[in-house]
Amino acid sequence: MTAFASLFVQAAFVENLALSFFLGMCMFLAVSRRVETALGLGLAVLAVQTITVPLNNLIHGYLLAEGALAWAGLADVDLSFLALLSFIGVIAAMVQIVEMTLERYLPAMHHALGIYLPLVTVNCAILGGSLFMVDRHYSFAESAVYGFGTGFGWLLAILALAGIREKLKYSDIPDGLQGMGMAFIIVGLISLGFLGFKGIHFG
Amino acid sequence: MSNGKWNAFVTPLVGDNPITLQVLGVCSALAVTKTLATALIMSAAVISVITVSSGAISLIRHHMPRNVRLIIQITIIATLVIVVDQVLKAFAYSLSKQLSVFVGLIVTNCIILGRAEAFAMRNRVPESVLDGLGNGMGYAWILIVVGAVRELFGAGTLLGFVVLQTTTMGGWYPPAALMLLPPSAFFIIGFLIWVIRTWKPEQVEKSEFRIQPDAERGNMP
Repeated sequence: MTAFASLFVQAAFVENLALSFFLGMCMFLAVSRRVETALGLGLAVLAVQTITVPLNNLIHGYLLAEGALAWAGLADVDLSFLALLSFIGVIAAMVQIVEMTLERYLPAMHHALGIYLPLVTVNCAILGGSLFMVDRHYSFAESAVYGFGTGFGWLLAILALAGIREKLKYSDIPDGLQGMGMAFIIVGLISLGFLGFKGIHFG
Repeated sequence: MSNGKWNAFVTPLVGDNPITLQVLGVCSALAVTKTLATALIMSAAVISVITVSSGAISLIRHHMPRNVRLIIQITIIATLVIVVDQVLKAFAYSLSKQLSVFVGLIVTNCIILGRAEAFAMRNRVPESVLDGLGNGMGYAWILIVVGAVRELFGAGTLLGFVVLQTTTMGGWYPPAALMLLPPSAFFIIGFLIWVIRTWKPEQVEKSEFRIQPDAERGNMP
């Protein structure tokens, strides 16, 4: 159990996808003007990330990796070069399914997240999560924890930035730094703070 | 070269730069700039993918049904990225290891999809190719500047050659280790935006609230 807790802390804080790997930055900066919208996007990322990372783990483990097709009698087939194409396909399809399910069963939630869900497809944090999962050879259970942890970390980071930027609009900033310039520097400072989590692990 | 084509190439360099003004494709710009070599390889990869994809998408733009266009565009881009990835693995294996997942992430680099959607879908092939090339270049020079600053001040080297003798090697320069950590990339791009917007004030964003000048200090009209 401690291994999973450690993996979660590592995914969410120590190796925060947004702040130490710069993943999903475009949207991170563009959709962080208000806390409400940031929360919506963050939840959408969390949901999609939690589903797609374990799903891509299964696809990689049983279809694409070297020797993965042994169950079909094709032990020496290596399809790992198709990983990128199939991951992005799975993500796009998954986003569509999540959107349709929400629309059918949780219309209020769909109303709140609706506009962000399609955007999530091109969020590099999602694809990055799946690629890191392959890179580090996570098992199915580990990949589920990793997916949830990275999504949660991303949600925290965007909420923090949006909270600061909401206050920031009342402050007197040099013209050239107004908006994006200042946002970059704030993210830098948050990222500096997150460096403090380095070295934390359980067990 | 006619004026329209020239503009398609030149405006993305500074005037409408993908990173500092449109804020697209920032993820990779920050992540691969620890050393100049990775920044150069990444720039080359992005320039080749965006030029070819803009041309290809522009070429088949009349044959794409509107509601499946995103899937077609992503498939074209992903295919090109796989080609680039395989080429890098074959000819520059150690660099491709350093870039790790970031070559794959060119697929979700919003500059490429953004140019496909905003320009290549509406313009002829030559303009689209030049627009792709221009945006790629605009992306590349920012990456190269950030990469050079980070490597020079963080490790005292450029492309692996010693420029500033660091104290660990018996020289005079104490390396700024912060430059090699993620936060510095954010700071450098933030200040780069400040520089560009001081040079081109029309890019300055309007603030939502203006601080009123202090009436009590005089200077009343």
